[in-house]
Amino acid sequence: MEYDAATMSPPPVKGRTFGRRRRFGDRIFSNLTLIFALVIVAILLGLVIVLNIEAAPSISKFGISFLGSSSWDVPKESFGALPAIYGTLLTSAIGVLIAVPISLGAAIFLVEMAPSWLRGPCSFLIEMLAAIPSVIIGLWGIYVLAPFMTPIERWLGGHLGFIPIFHGQVFGFSFLTAGVILTLMIIPIITAVSRDAIKAVPDHQREAMLALGATRWETIRRAVLPYCRSGLIGATILGLGRALGETMAVTMVIGNAYKLTPSLFSTGTTISSKIANEFGEASSGLFIASLVELALVLFGVTLLINVVARLLVWRLTAVKEAS
Amino acid sequence: MATVSDRVRNATTKQDIREVTTHFEGDKGILEVQTLNAWYGKTLAIKDISMSIRSRTITAIIGPSGCGKSTFIRCLNRMHEVSHGGRVSGSVLLDGKDIYARDVDPVTIRQRIGMVFQKPSPFPTMSIFDNVAAGLRLTRLWSRRGDLQEVVERSLRQAALWDEVKDKLNQSGASLSGGQQQRLCIARALAVAPEIILLDEPCSALDPAATLKIEDLMRNLAQEYTIVIVTHNMQQAARVSEWTAFFLLGEMIEYGKTVDIFSRPKDKRTEDYITGRFG
Repeated sequence: MEYDAATMSPPPVKGRTFGRRRRFGDRIFSNLTLIFALVIVAILLGLVIVLNIEAAPSISKFGISFLGSSSWDVPKESFGALPAIYGTLLTSAIGVLIAVPISLGAAIFLVEMAPSWLRGPCSFLIEMLAAIPSVIIGLWGIYVLAPFMTPIERWLGGHLGFIPIFHGQVFGFSFLTAGVILTLMIIPIITAVSRDAIKAVPDHQREAMLALGATRWETIRRAVLPYCRSGLIGATILGLGRALGETMAVTMVIGNAYKLTPSLFSTGTTISSKIANEFGEASSGLFIASLVELALVLFGVTLLINVVARLLVWRLTAVKEAS
Repeated sequence: MATVSDRVRNATTKQDIREVTTHFEGDKGILEVQTLNAWYGKTLAIKDISMSIRSRTITAIIGPSGCGKSTFIRCLNRMHEVSHGGRVSGSVLLDGKDIYARDVDPVTIRQRIGMVFQKPSPFPTMSIFDNVAAGLRLTRLWSRRGDLQEVVERSLRQAALWDEVKDKLNQSGASLSGGQQQRLCIARALAVAPEIILLDEPCSALDPAATLKIEDLMRNLAQEYTIVIVTHNMQQAARVSEWTAFFLLGEMIEYGKTVDIFSRPKDKRTEDYITGRFG
């Protein structure tokens, strides 16, 4: 009998059992991947738990005032995190503010403008920048960037000194220098991720805008960038995340003074530099506990910023798909 | 039927008036294509095409996949050069002036010759209103919100979409059905008041009901606009167009009145294609 696909069910295949063995393999595989996924969660939870246990003496002694206090007095055992939190947020903000326009420009150039022979080498160089160890960037910061920043800071102080952030003595080692170092370190990641986001914008979006009589720039601004804006925000957040946690290079150029001042030219510190600088010499239990609590604070700050960013992206995409 | 004077009355810019009044000059085509060749890199995609496209008619380009019909239509508003490796020789005269002349800005050409693509491509981050207004905002001639609203409504009415979207102009264009999205794209193209509208397989992603709606729309639009449509659907060409060109392997095999092409094709290859022997 002939087999007619339209009217009959498939003829039975003899001597073949369906699926048993394959399903078994599938189950192993799916359990295995589940375990790996759980390992990540476990590591994260473990980290938080250990940090909490180790920081317990400091948490119980200082309570919430740890976050608001600017004191870091080892002999008197009085510790507070505010200057470090301030330094972390300030240097990261400077880094992101300078890095985002540069990276976005570079990404737009790479995808939309660059001739194809330039695209590969350019992308490669930008990714190479990400591969430089941060201690080397830090050394470069000490010997090249800090002396370079001194006259710039002096000039800013001379002309804009009436604004508190540009007021104060200039050393070269400062929040601003640290922010510029961070800029260099986060440009590669922001550029690479934005480039991929822009590249993922379908061509029909560009052509639709061009066909309305848009110039190339108008096409980028009105069709391409809005289409991939959640990707661009994601790129910025990745950069910000890296800036918040960056330790070595920042420690080497920020001057490591524990103070709270509006001046960008002042020496200062960040949470991670504080830990890196003092953990080796920390002797007393409360001192160590306070440093661990600093780590916990950094963890909290990073988490908070990521959650806010996720909400932002989520809100934007929700608007995009509203029906 | 909207007449030229209607359009002049509706036109609010000098450019509009110029466009409307220089619309039709006797039997001469509004678009004269002369020995047009187009390449992708080193591949010659269309060879030596010469044809005249008449004002306020629907001209259909038919042919099997890969015959160069899409490439051809993209050459008519200088969209071909946007593609990677796209290159063109020959000339296309719009009202007697070569759009490939050195001093011509492709941006102004695309304002006069609009295009709607195969895949409905509303801008997903813009509302329905903003989608239609997108082209107008580029020209910056529409500073008053009232003007903008008027043109958006008129364009949506022309595209037979107004009644379906008038209560949700602030919603995303991506929330519409495929057929509605394509009519939104047509409205968007109409809003910048082009003289010619190029449709590149506008119905290939749509169901039959939506296709018929777009075809009705095309017939109405042909009273005011010159339409060139690329389609792989011969029935569609027969239903809507007045003129038909048959393309094969990058060459134009035959061009004539649609009735003649479909009832008395002169070339054997045309006959084979329209009788379904290949393609």
